[in-house]
Amino acid sequence: MSTTVQEPKVLTNNEAILGFVDCDVHPYTKSPADLDAFLPERWRKLRQSIGTRARSPFVGAPNYPRMSPGTGMRMDSWPKDGGHPGSDLAMMREQLLDAFGVSYGMLMPLLGRGGDERNVEFGAALCSAANDWEAQVWCDNEPRLKAAIQIPTEYTEAAIKEIEKRAGDRRFTHVMIPPRGLEPLGRRRYWPILEACAANGFPIALHLGGTSGHPSTGGGWPSFYHEEHPSYPQSKEALVTSLVTEGVFEHIPNLRVVLVEGGFAWLPSLSWRLDKHYRRLRDEVPNLKMLPSEYIRQNIWVTTQPIEEPEHPEDLITTCEWIGWDRIMFSTDYPHWDQDDPRYAFKTQVPEKEKRMLYRENALSFYNLQA
Amino acid sequence: MNPAGREICVFNVNGEHYALVNRCPHEGAPLSYGHVLGCFESKRPGEYRLTRRGEMLRCPWHGWEFDIKTGQSWCHPQSVKARTYKVEVVPGELLAKGPFIAETVQVKIDGEYVVVEV
Repeated sequence: MSTTVQEPKVLTNNEAILGFVDCDVHPYTKSPADLDAFLPERWRKLRQSIGTRARSPFVGAPNYPRMSPGTGMRMDSWPKDGGHPGSDLAMMREQLLDAFGVSYGMLMPLLGRGGDERNVEFGAALCSAANDWEAQVWCDNEPRLKAAIQIPTEYTEAAIKEIEKRAGDRRFTHVMIPPRGLEPLGRRRYWPILEACAANGFPIALHLGGTSGHPSTGGGWPSFYHEEHPSYPQSKEALVTSLVTEGVFEHIPNLRVVLVEGGFAWLPSLSWRLDKHYRRLRDEVPNLKMLPSEYIRQNIWVTTQPIEEPEHPEDLITTCEWIGWDRIMFSTDYPHWDQDDPRYAFKTQVPEKEKRMLYRENALSFYNLQA
Repeated sequence: MNPAGREICVFNVNGEHYALVNRCPHEGAPLSYGHVLGCFESKRPGEYRLTRRGEMLRCPWHGWEFDIKTGQSWCHPQSVKARTYKVEVVPGELLAKGPFIAETVQVKIDGEYVVVEV
């Protein structure tokens, strides 16, 4: 068998990807102490003396340590003058924003961990501090970056207060909720929060994360990171199913949800399965007026990373057709190790019109951004 | 290194030199930021062996592993290969003789000191 020298194939017309909207960008603090400036004194002192308490075995490290330094960072993204990847705006511009003329970068901060904090009042303060930090340190210095509103999902009143506080501030474009929560997101206890998101015009970004204390798979705790990584789509599947079957989209038809960092090729098969069961089990969920797949087509969007790499790359085009090209938005996940490069992520030719939708137009319209 | 506009990384594996293009064949990451490692092999669960120490390169993004000597991918040895270049170590004077000759001084390493005679 012959071995061919392979160079990454540029199958994507650069013109179509220039000016793309990156639907998953991670800003980091240089140090956790950076949030202190945004915390009231009571919580600043608590952070310094006791620190945060998530339902997680390690402090300052993920449940599944990565093979690249940090919590799994691109090795070429460490700033030369120190600091964490994603903490240096100049470097983010050089490697991402300016390199591709990115129109907008949707921030998905994985810091503060206010949503995971067991002391919910402290959690609310951490969320609010992280939101101020995002707006002032990032968006004010780089208007192309748009901030996520972090909320303490288990403290309803504070979560709604935080959403309402940011409403009307154009720096904030989405509410971020980690998919690994205490209960599936469609449960009634979360409806007031979901209502507040829709009422204030914020879509919800379900970005991978959350340390609920539950195993990350339905079958128990994985042994390997290799085993943990494929559980991202599992948590998304659980939440999509919960939102649909609990009747959330019947109750809040204008709620828009984007699934971030879970890939997308699994969505058609989930839709088929839900529709199949609906025909037999709909007495259990009589509040549903449409097929589950129709709610999914109406209320759910997906981002691409970590993109699936099927054996026959052209199969991805069929998958996108099943989902609907108008529902798929490109994301890099900069600066994480498993990020996708907009030029090489699709190993097959994406048609021109669909390419413009996927890299740019869908996100401009979803996030209500100026072209 | 950037000869003729092509970014190339040169590796010294136990005194032998090898060169790879500075682009991962997967998504184009700069391989020069990768880690030089060995290769973990296992015949059966519970048995692990670290082989080929210093001969494998792990891509700085998605962690694909390449044989530094051949550019071959570990996971897709039949189809994926990083471009390699021939490397030779030759005295500078064979490549280009400059018009100027700098004054030389004799250097001896004596015990733990570098002694320069002037």
